[in-house]
Amino acid sequence: MKVAVCVKQVPDTWAEKRLRAEDSLLDRESADGVMNELDEYAVEQALQIVEAAGGEVVVVSMGPERAAETVRKALSMGADSGIHVVDDALRGSDAIATANALAAALKDRGFDLIVFGSESTDARMSVIPAMVAEILGIAQLTFAQKVVVEGSVVTIERVTDYGFDTVTASTPAVISVVEKINEPRYPSFKGIMAAKKKPVETIGLAELSLDPDTVGSRAAWSAVADFSARPAKAAGVVVSDAGDGGTKIAEFLAEQKFI
Amino acid sequence: MADVLVLVEQFGGQVKKATAELLTAARRLGSPVAVWIGPGCDDGAVATLAEFGATEVLVADAPQYTDHSVAPIADVLAALVAQRSPAAVLVASSATGKEAAGRLAIKTNSGIITDAVDIAADGTATQSVFGGSTIVHSRVTQGTPIITVRVNSIAPEPQVSTPTRSTIDVPVSDTSTTTRVTERTEATKGGRPELAEAAVVVSGGRGVGSADGFGVIEALADSLGAAVGASRAATDAGWYPHTHQVGQTGKTVSPQLYIANGISGAIQHRAGMQTSKTIVVVNKDPEAPIFELADFGVVGDLFEVVPQLTEEIKKRAGA
Repeated sequence: MKVAVCVKQVPDTWAEKRLRAEDSLLDRESADGVMNELDEYAVEQALQIVEAAGGEVVVVSMGPERAAETVRKALSMGADSGIHVVDDALRGSDAIATANALAAALKDRGFDLIVFGSESTDARMSVIPAMVAEILGIAQLTFAQKVVVEGSVVTIERVTDYGFDTVTASTPAVISVVEKINEPRYPSFKGIMAAKKKPVETIGLAELSLDPDTVGSRAAWSAVADFSARPAKAAGVVVSDAGDGGTKIAEFLAEQKFI
Repeated sequence: MADVLVLVEQFGGQVKKATAELLTAARRLGSPVAVWIGPGCDDGAVATLAEFGATEVLVADAPQYTDHSVAPIADVLAALVAQRSPAAVLVASSATGKEAAGRLAIKTNSGIITDAVDIAADGTATQSVFGGSTIVHSRVTQGTPIITVRVNSIAPEPQVSTPTRSTIDVPVSDTSTTTRVTERTEATKGGRPELAEAAVVVSGGRGVGSADGFGVIEALADSLGAAVGASRAATDAGWYPHTHQVGQTGKTVSPQLYIANGISGAIQHRAGMQTSKTIVVVNKDPEAPIFELADFGVVGDLFEVVPQLTEEIKKRAGA
């Protein structure tokens, strides 16, 4: 089974994020770049699928030069090889442009499964896996809390508001996984050393046969008119509990007509 | 007036609150056309849609639309976009809503904006990003604007209409129907509201200390008819189910009232609840950053403060 796992480098989850005044893009330089946390579950899932069924795991990432660190991290966890989609013209790509570029990088390579995290912690749109499935015309099995692969049939439990749906399809398919589907492994020292020798293919727009006008900031399907910091919240009332803290809250809730 | 397609958010024939919010926003842009995909669109459901101004109700309840997860929803919406050239398509920011919107954007080569918290009459969407720290106004610049709206963001305003009801019959693609939903499983919820759409959320964090400790959190939640949330520290420790996690890697909530108990307020958590209208905090550490968000805070032991609050609420309810 040939499994791709798509990962994104994002600003550290614990860092404050901001938009840049000059182009309304996320300031990615001001914070450490890390692998999107939810993608770690995707890498783990891809590795588990191949450990059970045999085959190979190819990590795919689109992002600037330093996103190579994130590809390397997935390799140190155990992925076999990497594809880094990098091109200055891709900078500022929105969800549609990103999905187009990823789909172009993934197609015609014989992947049986393409695994994603269910969202990135920076943009939080959760649309890329569905978009890639749409572009490639393959099955979509997303928001999985459980994945079972039996031959060419894949069955997942899709998390819903009310519980979960059991959804099944044949390969090729796009999968996205939610947090806590598994426990992502830490790269071992041996894994980190081995990752240095694993092949990473670097490809740009030319290799993807993509028109530069269809990606990057120039091709955006939506535009930011303006943005501003959320107004600071007026300071509230904080009291120390003197044995009547609960009653005090109840009084506040009554004033605010909640009770 | 141009049509505005609204994908109805419903479960088992019950129209969800998000739908009333979408219809209210849609009326600012044009004439709201409710698109119902799934079984159960009975007279009661149509009446609810009428209450919020739907001018038409279009129903796709045949098995090819309902048994195959997300893809057929986008097939139906794309066909309707081609037929009607709507001013916009509005969808709830649920997992399925966002994914259907994403596929529709690809199919129609149209821009998509997710998690809007408001929509103006000219189609400008307001988003609250990076955990509510930044407010962004943006517009779709290509194709039909496709906008997903975060639940609890827009106050539903009734405006009674008399919609027509008709059945949708458009083809779905082969790829759409090869993905099958074989079973739908409802989790036991103990009668509490859903976290994402609850008007009141009561959450517990590291300070709760154990799975048993969540008993006092649940008791307070039940006294208020609230949903229960948890910080990542609490779900990682296994004290409360992961599906209740509020935060950057969990759910984003924006209730009328959020009560944070024993939660320090790291960015990870704040990102999921910062836009709550009123925030009450109980924490024994006066330096906890969560107090910066508090409209009302008590520095104290949650195991003393919370049960007292629960009793006081019950007493007042009984009085």
